[in-house]
Amino acid sequence: MTLMAEPSAEGRFGEFGGRFVPETLVPACQELETAFADAWSDPVFRADLDHILRTYAGRPSMLTECKNLGDQLGIRLVLKREDLNHTGSHKINNVLGQALLAKRMGKKRLVAETGAGQHGVASATAAALMGMECKVYMGAVDVARQELNVFRMKLLGSEVEAVHSGSRTLKDAVNEAMRDWVATVETSHYCLGSVMGPHPYPYMVRQFHRVIGDEARAQSIELMGDVPDVVVACVGGGSNAIGIFSGFVDDRTRLVGVEPAGGAAVTRAQPGVVHGMRSYLMQDEYGQVQEAQSISAGLDYPGVGPEHSYLASIGRAEYPNVTDAEVIDAFQLLARTEGIIPALECAHALAWIVRAAPEMQGQTVLMNLSGRGDKDVAQMMEVLGK
Amino acid sequence: MSDTFGRMETEFRAKRAAGRKLLVPYLTGGLAGWQDAVRAAAAAGADAIEIGIPFSDPVMDGPVIQQASQMALEQGATPVSILQEARDLDVGIPLAVMTYYNTVHHAGHERFAAQLLGAGIVACIVPDLPLEESGPWCVAADAAGIETVMLAAPTAPDERLPRVAARARGFLYSVGLLGVTGERAALASTASALARRLKAITDVPVLVGVGVSNAAQAREACEVADGVVMGASVVRRMLEGGPDAVGAFVAEVREEISH
Repeated sequence: MTLMAEPSAEGRFGEFGGRFVPETLVPACQELETAFADAWSDPVFRADLDHILRTYAGRPSMLTECKNLGDQLGIRLVLKREDLNHTGSHKINNVLGQALLAKRMGKKRLVAETGAGQHGVASATAAALMGMECKVYMGAVDVARQELNVFRMKLLGSEVEAVHSGSRTLKDAVNEAMRDWVATVETSHYCLGSVMGPHPYPYMVRQFHRVIGDEARAQSIELMGDVPDVVVACVGGGSNAIGIFSGFVDDRTRLVGVEPAGGAAVTRAQPGVVHGMRSYLMQDEYGQVQEAQSISAGLDYPGVGPEHSYLASIGRAEYPNVTDAEVIDAFQLLARTEGIIPALECAHALAWIVRAAPEMQGQTVLMNLSGRGDKDVAQMMEVLGK
Repeated sequence: MSDTFGRMETEFRAKRAAGRKLLVPYLTGGLAGWQDAVRAAAAAGADAIEIGIPFSDPVMDGPVIQQASQMALEQGATPVSILQEARDLDVGIPLAVMTYYNTVHHAGHERFAAQLLGAGIVACIVPDLPLEESGPWCVAADAAGIETVMLAAPTAPDERLPRVAARARGFLYSVGLLGVTGERAALASTASALARRLKAITDVPVLVGVGVSNAAQAREACEVADGVVMGASVVRRMLEGGPDAVGAFVAEVREEISH
């Protein structure tokens, strides 16, 4: 029995999770729960998904040992190369799964939210591949700082709507996607991009990403003869982290999810309810959701997936946070020492590794490099100067 | 079903028995002049008022109520300030609040119910708290004598509606369409269809809300339902013309549904 098993019938991981949605969406969530359970236990669906992951997304993703940087830090550093997947991040694992499932359910249209644009691009890609319509909601702030990804989505045939309400970032894009889904639930599938939202999303999205952890565990044993001492991943909603954690949660491996200092929901450890789930949530003294602040659009989210809150609450995983300045340094460090430009999101994970390396001397550290940095180059050009 | 009804349900049942259609305007609490707007709506023939406690992430609301919520929050409105101000209202009709669940969750169920009671509020509507998650709040609300209005949606299968209706206190909120709050050119066909399904299975007063946009649509909805909740159309008038415009609109709807 794994620690990361199915949630309770009510969709709870411990006291976190649940299904706090408008009544209109309850039947759709129930239908999705049933359809996913049915598909996940159907060998034909699993074979179809495996096939498309291998022949289209490029799985399995490889492990890369970072000799230069590892020697510099005094650790054995290995990267799980989700950045080399088609569309440039781990997001494609979940999106291909959900799009296949949506098709099986007879839905013709995908609705998605996006922060940095990685999930939006992945959704647009899956929609193009499977002949579905797709609409992506993206905060107006993120549209401005990720214009390349906006154009990519349009090239792929999707409609992108800039969201001008609230903080105009990922949280508001989720709100607008949910509003769309409330109105179009009979024909549309909400292709949620992280391990968050109402049940069954946190569970379903984790299952679609556990391929990261399952591969990484076998690859680690092949490369190093053992599981790593430490597994590190960045956490916004937490999908890439949950994916890689799922491979090691029952081992002795230390699990570290790194949040941005301006979006440290787990550190603040205050439960709240938004976007359909009960989880740790940044909020004020009256329960108004606070705006996260991060250099990385993909981590600019005031909450966290409920299973992370659970893993934190039982002490199985830890969730430190790093500052934007540390992230900018780490971003450049990986580029210069290893010839790999990471996504700003993953630079959070590396920033923590750099900080914690003195206490991890000689240990094996596996980091999930969940996305590539091409999308961030224009923004970093502004930050670093041309 | 409880044997003794709360204040709002008791009044609604009596008015329905007397042949009156029920009119519940929604107003965002905390906007400048909102108390005057409540008084104007009450004087113009409202049967209860739904006071919105604004939340940062109102997923069931369209642009008008989103804008009003954001304005109220920017003007410093909090659940505590709005309930404090509600205490001074003496309008002679039941007052309900509408808010999202994190407001309730954050305050704590018992404490929030006590706060409502202390402010003279008799009922509560929480649109992101569906039946399956409503248990702990309903226990606290029932104990405090706060009536929890449940929402029923057009997407619900037949077997679900009686369970939702059985948990409804005050009235049953029949969601008029697939979508968020906001004005529409015509009453959706789902509005009357769902109200008819609900009337067939419950004697709790059934009020149609979401997408009931003007007096004519209110009248159409009332051909099947016991009354209507009107939100965006009222809030838009509040934003454009203040309490007087709210009073005039409520009077117009009252007149239309009284024939």
